[in-house]
Amino acid sequence: MAEGSRDQGGAGAADPEEDSPNMIVYRKIEDIVTRIQDEKAGGIAVRTVKSFLSKIPSVVSGAEIVQWLVKNLFIEDPAEAIHLGSLIAAHGYIFPISDHVLMLKDDGTLYRFQSPYFWPSNCWEPENTDYAIYLCKRTMQNKARLELADYEAENLARLQRAFARKWEFIFMQAEAQVKIDRKKDKAERKILDSQERAFWDVHRPVPGCVNTTEMDIRKCRREKNPHRVKKSVYGVPDDGQSQPSPIHISSQPSRKPTREDVQKEITFLNIQLDRHCMKVSKVADSLMSYTEQFMEYDPFVSAPEPSNPWLSDDTAFWDLEASRDPSQQRVKKWSFSLEEALKDPAGRDQFLKFLESEFSSENLRFWLAVQDLKRRPLQDVASRAQEIWQEFLAEGAPSSINLDSHSYERTSANLKDPGRYSYEDAQEHIFQLMKSDSYARFLRSNIYQDLLLARKKGKSLTGKRLTGLMQSS
Amino acid sequence: MGEMEQLRKEADALKDQITAARKAVQDTTLEEAAAGVAVVGRVQMKTRKTLRGHLAKIYAMHWATDSKLCVSASQDGKLIVWDSITTNKVNAIPLKSSWVMTCAYAPSGNLVACGGLDNMCSIYNLKGKDGNVKVMRELAAHTGYLSCCRFISDTEIITSSGDCTCILWDIETGTQKTSFAGHQGDCMSLAVSPDFSYFISGACDFTAKLWDIRDGNCRQTFAGHESDINAIGFFPNGQAVITGSDDATCKLYDLRADQELITYQDSSIMCGVTSLAPSLSGRLILAGYDDFNVNIWDSLKAERVGALAGHDNRVSCIGVSADGMACCTGSWDSFLKIWN
Repeated sequence: MAEGSRDQGGAGAADPEEDSPNMIVYRKIEDIVTRIQDEKAGGIAVRTVKSFLSKIPSVVSGAEIVQWLVKNLFIEDPAEAIHLGSLIAAHGYIFPISDHVLMLKDDGTLYRFQSPYFWPSNCWEPENTDYAIYLCKRTMQNKARLELADYEAENLARLQRAFARKWEFIFMQAEAQVKIDRKKDKAERKILDSQERAFWDVHRPVPGCVNTTEMDIRKCRREKNPHRVKKSVYGVPDDGQSQPSPIHISSQPSRKPTREDVQKEITFLNIQLDRHCMKVSKVADSLMSYTEQFMEYDPFVSAPEPSNPWLSDDTAFWDLEASRDPSQQRVKKWSFSLEEALKDPAGRDQFLKFLESEFSSENLRFWLAVQDLKRRPLQDVASRAQEIWQEFLAEGAPSSINLDSHSYERTSANLKDPGRYSYEDAQEHIFQLMKSDSYARFLRSNIYQDLLLARKKGKSLTGKRLTGLMQSS
Repeated sequence: MGEMEQLRKEADALKDQITAARKAVQDTTLEEAAAGVAVVGRVQMKTRKTLRGHLAKIYAMHWATDSKLCVSASQDGKLIVWDSITTNKVNAIPLKSSWVMTCAYAPSGNLVACGGLDNMCSIYNLKGKDGNVKVMRELAAHTGYLSCCRFISDTEIITSSGDCTCILWDIETGTQKTSFAGHQGDCMSLAVSPDFSYFISGACDFTAKLWDIRDGNCRQTFAGHESDINAIGFFPNGQAVITGSDDATCKLYDLRADQELITYQDSSIMCGVTSLAPSLSGRLILAGYDDFNVNIWDSLKAERVGALAGHDNRVSCIGVSADGMACCTGSWDSFLKIWN
């Protein structure tokens, strides 16, 4: 499999629109919708339904669609099939013949398939002039079923005001469309009218419905040709008035990789090759044991004790966490790793207490001082760094720590120009030292064990399982 | 053979060798290794709180480390700090630019940051002397939109941008400390490692990169996605990376094995992943999708174990609180919901 980043050179021929996230979804939906309509390949038979005095051509029921989805996409839960079906409807690929709201119902509600001409993948961005023509022509057709809905009437009124100057033009276009429509066969017209309506339901949705053509603005700006002429649904020539959206910034043409680029890549690849890859079995084990260890602390998996504040409205859990009086379960976590022990302020306190009892607290105090240094405002950094040196590393330092000569030299050199990270090396070294030596003894110590087994406080062991006495690492 | 051609051949040969090295350690798959692990069972979470107040699409949210406060950014031009328990608005900060795309809460709780089409990262001080929240710094240097930002401390912040780079800033001086360049597409998201020494970025070049914060070098690159990576996060042990993409899948990459371990996908999920967050133990991964739902995945077995349905538009952001107690989702429907 090809590694690393995409080639920049080769993508020139590909349609830039294909990259957009909406397009990816459209292609997947189109795949499904094509299959559903393919009667020879197990699709649903589109049929004509008799209703009162008329016939309804070219429909299927919602239930049939749900059934097809469940069967052909191997969906276990019908609710999921409905969710998926509603997604397909929301994008306008299927639509209910008597409703503007584009969702799928698992019942006898009748649906029709959208004509590929109106598919969203054709990148329609219909202008208001087109919408005005559409609403206008609807009012010209004397059919009850084509009456405008309230919101459509409102939209029409708004557009009449906005396009007052060119309304005559719009009216003429609408008349022309009506003439064209009249020439079509009656049944065909029923179908086309509904498909056209569904198209507008996608691009000018009913108030309260989601406009599924909306794109994340971060993706919008990558369109390579934002100034391309948008095609009109009714063949109205673009009068150049459409404003490009404020966020369309023409992207820079992609640079061809230079010799240096490829050389840099080679250096990078060489470093990668040198790295030792750990076996998948080992990392899998590591992930599994981590999740296992922490699952009892994961409120989404195990109920927290004493209770989940979100459910019980009792803040006891949080109060306990904030207190320096840790529960056994919390104390147990300190034995997972030195990182975990130091993450918990109570853990830090107890570890420090233990080390002080052994008169060996300088390592931890150094580590804590360096952590603090990293968060200091710039003006304090230099002086604080010097203080740390004096306290822990200088000759005759009161809390002298044991650094190997290499780290010592590097740190001393860093301090010529002291910064927040001057002690990074030394801190890592001391951390490893603590991990391999004093941390292990801490876990075996009375201070720790008493807390773990809740001995001193005379608390009885709770019903919670303690997975044995902690093994010292 | 021209020099360029020779170099390219060399690069390709190295890539093949790396692929082979990765294959060589594939003595099993995560799925096989986890076959014996007990199933986690159906996870059902309910909406406990709904945070109402934004008037337009919510693009980002971030929990404070106290697991109670959180900040959200919306295209209505406001940054709101919420008390998630009482649902009260602690601060409602008006922004200069309403095209905001990201927000972040500092670990100390003193600062919040945001940015977007203005190409800048604005830092706000929540604990100002007179009680007013004011802009403390405006970090400007990116030549593209600000897609994500994350604080390291009150003095340092990392940002990712549509200009394909990430930058480490010193907040006090307002200057760039390090620039991380290498991605060939807009950087969409970033996440900092639990020990604050690395960060990962996901980009529109379909790859994720691991960067060393101190020396500015890219340590590793992970490929495999077939479309833009919109969301990225660290597995809680800091040794693995989770990515979410427009190709409708999430993937888990391990840093030490230097490869993809598993993909989270389902044929009935067609919409892109916008956001993700692991649960405290890492066993669950919650991912927000463009189809208005959040899917909950068993990270070891790659099975869907639950879903959060409740938003009326895309789920644009998701976060699990530090104590793992609650999950917060933000959506284009202008609401935030707290689940557990």
